[in-house]
Amino acid sequence: MTELAIKAQGLTRLFGDLTAVDAIDLQIERGRIFGFLGPNGSGKTTAIRMLCGLLTPSAGEVTVLGHPIPRQAELLRREIGYMTQKFSLFTDLSTLENLRFMASIYGLPRSRRKGRIEAVLAQFSLQELRDRRLDAMSGGQRQRVALAVATLHEPTLLFLDEPTSAVDPENRRDFWEKLFDLSAAGTTILVSTHYMDEAERCHQLAILERGRIRRDDTPQALMSALEGRVVEVSGESLRPLREILVTQPEIISAAQQGNRLRVLMTPEVEDPLQCLDRLAGPGRALERTLARPNLEDVFMAATAKGGPA
Amino acid sequence: MKSLVRILAVTQKEFLQLSRDRISFGMVVMIPLVQLLLFGYAINTEVRHVPIGIVDLSNSAAARVITEQVRVTQVVDIIDHYDTPQEAEQAVIAGAVRAVLLFPRDLPRRIASGDTVGQWLVDGSDTTISQALLSLRSMPLQLSAGAPAGAYQRGNPSFEVSLFFNPERRSAVNIVPGLTAIVLTMTMILFTALALVRERELGNMELLITTPIHPLELMVGKLVPYILVGLVQVAIILGLGHVIFRVPFAGGLAALAVSTLAFIAASLTLGLIISTVARSQLQAMQLTIFILLPSILLSGFMFPYEAMPLAAQWIAEAFPATHYIRLVRAVVLRGAETHLLGGELLWLGGFTVLGLGLATARFRKTLD
Ligand SMILES: Nc1ncnc2c1ncn2[C@@H]1O[C@H](COP(=O)(O)OP(=O)(O)OP(=O)(O)O)[C@@H](O)[C@H]1O
Ligand SMILES: [Mg+2]
Repeated sequence: MTELAIKAQGLTRLFGDLTAVDAIDLQIERGRIFGFLGPNGSGKTTAIRMLCGLLTPSAGEVTVLGHPIPRQAELLRREIGYMTQKFSLFTDLSTLENLRFMASIYGLPRSRRKGRIEAVLAQFSLQELRDRRLDAMSGGQRQRVALAVATLHEPTLLFLDEPTSAVDPENRRDFWEKLFDLSAAGTTILVSTHYMDEAERCHQLAILERGRIRRDDTPQALMSALEGRVVEVSGESLRPLREILVTQPEIISAAQQGNRLRVLMTPEVEDPLQCLDRLAGPGRALERTLARPNLEDVFMAATAKGGPA
Repeated sequence: MKSLVRILAVTQKEFLQLSRDRISFGMVVMIPLVQLLLFGYAINTEVRHVPIGIVDLSNSAAARVITEQVRVTQVVDIIDHYDTPQEAEQAVIAGAVRAVLLFPRDLPRRIASGDTVGQWLVDGSDTTISQALLSLRSMPLQLSAGAPAGAYQRGNPSFEVSLFFNPERRSAVNIVPGLTAIVLTMTMILFTALALVRERELGNMELLITTPIHPLELMVGKLVPYILVGLVQVAIILGLGHVIFRVPFAGGLAALAVSTLAFIAASLTLGLIISTVARSQLQAMQLTIFILLPSILLSGFMFPYEAMPLAAQWIAEAFPATHYIRLVRAVVLRGAETHLLGGELLWLGGFTVLGLGLATARFRKTLD
């Protein structure tokens, strides 16, 4: 079934004369994990809020789970779960109290309430934390509670706005295992992030910058599009070399990683190694090899030096 | 059905949160208690050493005996004697003395027939002081010769009293029932206004509005706990007011409960409206004070409604506290029953319905 969970066309939101989201198009298939990758202020939260019906779009057409939004936002609310970027559960209540409250609010029938609460407690390993107040929990524990609450009413579509911002890499991996479980069970997930490792796990990824979608594809496709444009350089005096390289029009970015310099070139460059030699000038003993592009390169290519390249 | 479940869920959550917020929880009890003691003792302080003058037209030994007995009560200080009532009246008007005790020419005959022995001419402009002097009206007197048995004992008036400037003497017990209106205005409006605005500030609201909850369910659910809070506060004020300050309780509990519930509902609604206007908790606080001050000054709590200029009376009508003060004084002090209170109750009920409608309409399930 390739029915779309989310379809948006020309979705735009203005705040005064600031264009927070600028005519984005989205097509998200059901059952997918779709990622929004973008720097601070790129419009991820604003876009998600519009898709949930919390913000009225300034322009554009949106259909979410078959409901035109914002017109039928109220119908949509039963079918979606939303984990806000800012933690929004009641911190002076315990896990169980928060779950009970939300179960009633979502109108789960009494017969199912207890079962669902126990199910999410087990699913997100929250049994030991069931009676602990949220203000006495670590960031990672809270995120798990938030995800449990967001999935309590078995939504078919989940919006997760930077769900792992307070979570260490190991817990992040666990968190993503839960997401894949949900996805395997048929839940569509839209997740925003600025972690590359997280973005790489998505089935599909949109790179946002200043309200626009710069790239939209599978992470693999995005990375292989850069094949042959990333050069790793090692040798002496990399700092001065970097200073020279970043001013050149052929170079999108040059970032030092340990004792190597990772250089990303524009698509116009025909032979990257040769070009690098030319730019570096004679008299430098450099070892340079073509490298496998990663998502960070994709991100740099999509967002640096005046946008689409 | 689902609606009821949601309302109950919100109510239960509010209760839990309130019970965990030590300071707010303490406020529920402390605000009425502190206000009651402050206002209660401020008005109940025994007045002593009020400056008075004496006019003795009888020039008798009995007059001197009575004067001495009045003096030892320490309520008054006798600072002057006047020859004529006119002279004494001038002294009162000039403010030299607060009151004058006048003994008539036929004092011995009056004592013989058990009649009142003298007349107090009292400056009534300060109700606290006139109240103190009024308490002397039926003070028991010991008169050796000629008085009939039972006269001048506790309960029978020993003096006549003429209040100048304030013939409608306002009793101090006015304050305590009126205080319920002020305390409820303060806490009810503030608690509800803050409860919603806080959730918006903390981000809870973004979660709540993505759920299927209807604004009316959310609001009603939030109001219920505060209705109980309000009833507790009224019970504290009137209960302790009765015990400590001997405020009479003339009316029926049912009439009091109905009036109080109507007022609580109106105040909570006002809080809700504020919460839809205020962008921060600070703003909610400021708006509450904006409502609270005129409620204290214009409602009849501080100054008699009848004594205010017409414009102020019109403004006062717009505040629920004005209507509740009339209700609670009528019930508590004059023993009025519910059917006599229809007009005020209707006003409060209408205010609540309109206010709830307005707050619900203003409440948006979006972040625009
Ligand atoms: N309510 C608002 N009023 C005015 N401007 C807003 C509002 N909300 C967001 N913006 C602006 O819109 C732009 C996009 O904000 P948004 O929160 O969507 O970014 P984001 O990608 O979620 O950023 P972050 O990674 O920091 O969460 C920013 O420039 C922000 O200042
Ligand atoms: Mg954001």
